[in-house]
Amino acid sequence: MSVSNEIDLKDYSVYMKDIVKQFPKVLANDNVNVRIRKGEIHALIGENGAGKSTLVNQLYGLYQPTSGDIYINGEEKKFSGPRDAIKAGIGMVHQHFMLVDNLTVAENVVLGSEPKKSITFDLKKARKQVKELSEKYGLKVDVDAKIEDIPVGTQQRVEIIKTLYRGAEILILDEPTAVLTPQEIEELFEIMRKLKADGKTIIFISHKLHEVMTICDNITVMRLGKVTGNVEVKNTNEKQLANMMVGREVVLRLDKQEKIPGKEIVKVENLWVKDNRNLDAVCGISFSIKKGEILGVAGVAGNGQSELVEALTGLRKIDKGEYKYKDETVNKNTVKELREKSITHIPEDRYKYAMITEYPNYYNMILGRHYKKPFASRGFLDHEYIDKYSNELVKKFDVRPADNTINTGNLSGGNQQKVVIAREVSSNPEFIVIAQPTRGLDVGAIEYVHKEILNLRQHDSAVLLISMELEEVLSLSDRIIVMYEGEIMGEFRPKELTIEEIGLLMAGKKLEEVKLIEETKISLAKEHGGDN
Amino acid sequence: MAIKNKKINWMPLLVPVISVLFALIIAGIIIVLIGKNPFMAYGKMLEGAFGSKTAWASNITKMTSLVLTGLAVGFGFRAGVFNIGAEGQMSVGAMFAVMVGINLGNVSPVIAIPLTMLAGMLGGAFWASIAGVLKARTGANEVITTIMLNWIAVYIGNYLVSGPLAVGQGTPKSPEVAMGAQLPALMTVQASSIPSSIITAVVVALIIYIVLEKTTTGYELKAVGFNPYAAEYGGISISKNIILTMAISGALAGLAGSVEVMSVHHRIFGSFAGGKGFDGITIALIGQNNPIGIIFSAFLISSLRSGSNAMQTVGIPDDIVTIIQGIIIFLVAADRIVKTWIRKLSFGKKEGEVK
Repeated sequence: MSVSNEIDLKDYSVYMKDIVKQFPKVLANDNVNVRIRKGEIHALIGENGAGKSTLVNQLYGLYQPTSGDIYINGEEKKFSGPRDAIKAGIGMVHQHFMLVDNLTVAENVVLGSEPKKSITFDLKKARKQVKELSEKYGLKVDVDAKIEDIPVGTQQRVEIIKTLYRGAEILILDEPTAVLTPQEIEELFEIMRKLKADGKTIIFISHKLHEVMTICDNITVMRLGKVTGNVEVKNTNEKQLANMMVGREVVLRLDKQEKIPGKEIVKVENLWVKDNRNLDAVCGISFSIKKGEILGVAGVAGNGQSELVEALTGLRKIDKGEYKYKDETVNKNTVKELREKSITHIPEDRYKYAMITEYPNYYNMILGRHYKKPFASRGFLDHEYIDKYSNELVKKFDVRPADNTINTGNLSGGNQQKVVIAREVSSNPEFIVIAQPTRGLDVGAIEYVHKEILNLRQHDSAVLLISMELEEVLSLSDRIIVMYEGEIMGEFRPKELTIEEIGLLMAGKKLEEVKLIEETKISLAKEHGGDN
Repeated sequence: MAIKNKKINWMPLLVPVISVLFALIIAGIIIVLIGKNPFMAYGKMLEGAFGSKTAWASNITKMTSLVLTGLAVGFGFRAGVFNIGAEGQMSVGAMFAVMVGINLGNVSPVIAIPLTMLAGMLGGAFWASIAGVLKARTGANEVITTIMLNWIAVYIGNYLVSGPLAVGQGTPKSPEVAMGAQLPALMTVQASSIPSSIITAVVVALIIYIVLEKTTTGYELKAVGFNPYAAEYGGISISKNIILTMAISGALAGLAGSVEVMSVHHRIFGSFAGGKGFDGITIALIGQNNPIGIIFSAFLISSLRSGSNAMQTVGIPDDIVTIIQGIIIFLVAADRIVKTWIRKLSFGKKEGEVK
């Protein structure tokens, strides 16, 4: 494809030209040029901190570029805030939804630009408009349902309808698939195709390369604030994209060695746990884990996984049932007692649970073992040893910048996770509960985290791995259980089931039912075959 | 990659200093507006605080218990506990000190002094622990409970000095503590003297500094203060640390009560703490909850107070000092304002964040 120097700007719904965004100490965007054609689905990919969010935030008017121009449909625009961007036909679906929980779908969609009947809110008209929009694009929603009652996938549709209601022609979707089941992702893609067919332009931000390859037309790759590649999907592959993002060869295949697990050390029987609202969140589940074995827990977020993790690590009371560790019942043990028994935990919300953001790395590296030798003796911290120890860990686990005195809260997400992993892994746990270890991390960091998890397995730790990333669970685990509404829908080994079948489990079908459906399908096919 | 502005180390020092200067300028303008000469006013103020040996003596006397109540509040803040009850804990500490002190007869100071101090600390710790236990066990907000306990302490104090401990005529007051339980003066200047308790206060500040910065207890207390969720995740008991923090914080306020008894009044009377507990909040804020900073901020407040009397003699209402104090607190509490000023001055750039 030859691009002449004089580009016909009219062909591009978005053209961000020579964008520079300078923050006090960071050059977030360094002469970025992005061109997005009218009616295409354009992927924007890159590691964390590559400058993707900064870039789209400038397109949505949340930041103003230090220098550079933005053209929308060939017209130069200056956005001083999201209001200007919305007026220019830009809509954005954020990663964290901006919805009011106790209002209905229709009310949420029109919020801020409500249809009025004289001075009162015209709910009837709002419902009608929202219904029309949802039918037009196949965005199935119940306009009268309250947000708090509908699943995450549907909430996301509400967000999309909201942007369309405001007249968006260009939609920015910021990591939209992070919270969805495989089926919901397929449905989202269907919606995106419909929007595209209707002439809308979509900017799709994602970490997941296979999704980008499935749904997008063109891809812009960013690294360290610069554009490192601009390719058509048909001319590239996942490996090439990963290398462009990280700037080096990335191993996408995991080197998981065959390993015969050892003795069973964790046994959970008929475990019941309540959530914060005092409702049953974990409803009578049983499983066991052996030494050197990774048990994966798949499922959509909010199906009791968090409560299970907290119960196993002493943070939440076990309501009923038995939690046995090395043949000893540890139902009532505190976090400290469990840690003393060499049970550790990498929590899902690292920012809230895993570190004290105001503490420097050297303090965060010892959290949980801070009170005992070699870090402290007779109640006094051994700062000299702590400094040496944390410096070693910072180097060994490649925390960047390699400075143990920086406050952990000031590191990027991937490096914060490295600090957490360094701490938990270095205590040589016999049982480790790992929740969402790669959430929000980029390809390079994910590769690193996965290696560490397999290392734990190699060193005979029992690992419970909870993740919303199905692929992660499938590639790392030795056995997998799927949780739905606090129950286990089925247990299987990787490759035993297809992605569709696992998706059905995640949506609440029991393994027996899924197998039955499969059998019926096969027998139906046979019958049809017989007829002919 | 996305590193936010690295913390500038001299910021904790610059913020209060600039706040104080700014407050003095604003108050100066107000003095001009009421038709007085601000230079003369501040001159008088300096004279009142530092102009003579007597001035120094009363200044240091005022400062002593302020250091301790400031430490009490600041220590709580560091562990995420808002102890608004230093006032009540100081009173209860003083009551305990008096009740022990008046019964010591001819006991040698070597025993009587530590014993009386300890009694005060126990009293304060006990009073604060009530709020600590309530918070740890039931989640009762310590701001509410400590304020209520302040009032209960006031009334118990009033009852003691007009009932069981009442002595003499006029203002209700308790008897004097035994000679052995009275702290000797460090230096006597005419009628006033510099109390030796200032040494106690400074030493205690150093001890608190060491506890916070060098011990596992400090590590745990600060962790609970910064992020209770992460602390719990790290195996640190939140309820234990809340009670411990409250007890230590109360002990410091109680010590303020006992040194006030042992070196200044030698007895208690109604509403004994006289606002010194509340001043502790101001002092902790200005001192940025740093024990060493609190020594200086206590000195600042005691100097302002001592100076205000002198200012009144030239017809400037002592409310000016309250205004100065108010502006300082405002700026220190809303420290982002001052930090932005400093950044703008030193970088000439706007503050920003990278996502």
